[in-house]
Amino acid sequence: MAKAESTFKNMVMSLTFISLGASACLGFVYKMTKEPIGLSALNKKLTAIREVVPEFDNNPNEEMYRLPTGEGDSLDVYPAKKNNQIVGYAISTYSKKGFSGTINLVAGFKPDGTIYNISVLQQKETPGLGAKMTGAAFKNQFNNKNPGEFIMKVKKDGGPVDAITAATISSRAFCDAVQRAYITLKKGGLK
Amino acid sequence: MNQMQNFTKGFFRENPILVLVLGTCPTLATTSSSINGMGMGIATTFVLIGSNVVISLLSDVIPDKVRIPAFVVIIASFVTVVDLLMQAYVPALYETLGIFIPLIVVNCIVLGRAEAYACKNSVFSSFIDGLGMGLGFTMALGILGAFREILGSGTLFGYKFIKGDGILVFILAPGAFMALGYLIALINRIRRT
Repeated sequence: MAKAESTFKNMVMSLTFISLGASACLGFVYKMTKEPIGLSALNKKLTAIREVVPEFDNNPNEEMYRLPTGEGDSLDVYPAKKNNQIVGYAISTYSKKGFSGTINLVAGFKPDGTIYNISVLQQKETPGLGAKMTGAAFKNQFNNKNPGEFIMKVKKDGGPVDAITAATISSRAFCDAVQRAYITLKKGGLK
Repeated sequence: MNQMQNFTKGFFRENPILVLVLGTCPTLATTSSSINGMGMGIATTFVLIGSNVVISLLSDVIPDKVRIPAFVVIIASFVTVVDLLMQAYVPALYETLGIFIPLIVVNCIVLGRAEAYACKNSVFSSFIDGLGMGLGFTMALGILGAFREILGSGTLFGYKFIKGDGILVFILAPGAFMALGYLIALINRIRRT
């Protein structure tokens, strides 16, 4: 077949058909991947919840409710129950004070308000510096601490938290997110 | 040129990163670890093969004056397909590469091969060309990523074998430029001799 001439008709026709073909393919792939994408997002959330609260036997995702932060926003709370007794709360919280972009994490609290564990869902901090907040060395210092007594401030600001070397801003943002979760939970009926 | 030469040119003689120095933006940004670099390389390889094959198939029906918009539509569709597939089946890698997957659309390697090779050659040659160029790109990104990961955090493919923190600068942007510069210098030296 000879090469198509650059006439107006040819140009319009070829672009139209290429676009039509492309959109049909995309529609197909979108339909095919919609379910797995939703599933992987849900799985990620469930894994994070499992990590941050003691063992439970209910479905925290179905019993999720929202609590207002008092800053015109609300956080998702996932109650974890065993034999219908609350064993902990997983709270999906965030901070916008990070070095680059929003930090999303799930903080797990025991019913008395002490932190059980924390899991970072999403962060875009500097690799090798702020990104170390996902590691145990930094994160685990919060475990079994009650933010009521253990003030969420890095040592530079007069608090007890050991900041990550050369990443004070990221450490502060981490504390900010945990503090937000704690205050919200406390206001929402935690004794 | 036989198909073997056509395939291997992407690795050394016409390596898109080390010799042609194309597509340096994703190269510098995603090679902070070897896994990320290779993931980016494989995603790009897929797009490159797909767009090369489709463009060489359609080259007769695309009028010259609208070839660039037509190429861009085809490339963008393949990138979106890769984007959705990665999101569905390798969410962890998708998260680290994030914004750089959609940006494959404007990667000059992909459009460059479409314009310089695929629209003038047969479907099979274009397939081989895309495969060779893509794997050459993956290789360069893998080497660069491994180099930066070893020096920067003392790990390789996430496996720690040097104690301590490593030389932080190699994980950050300036280290990417330095590592790429030395790698290109080294390849040039080898090519001369």
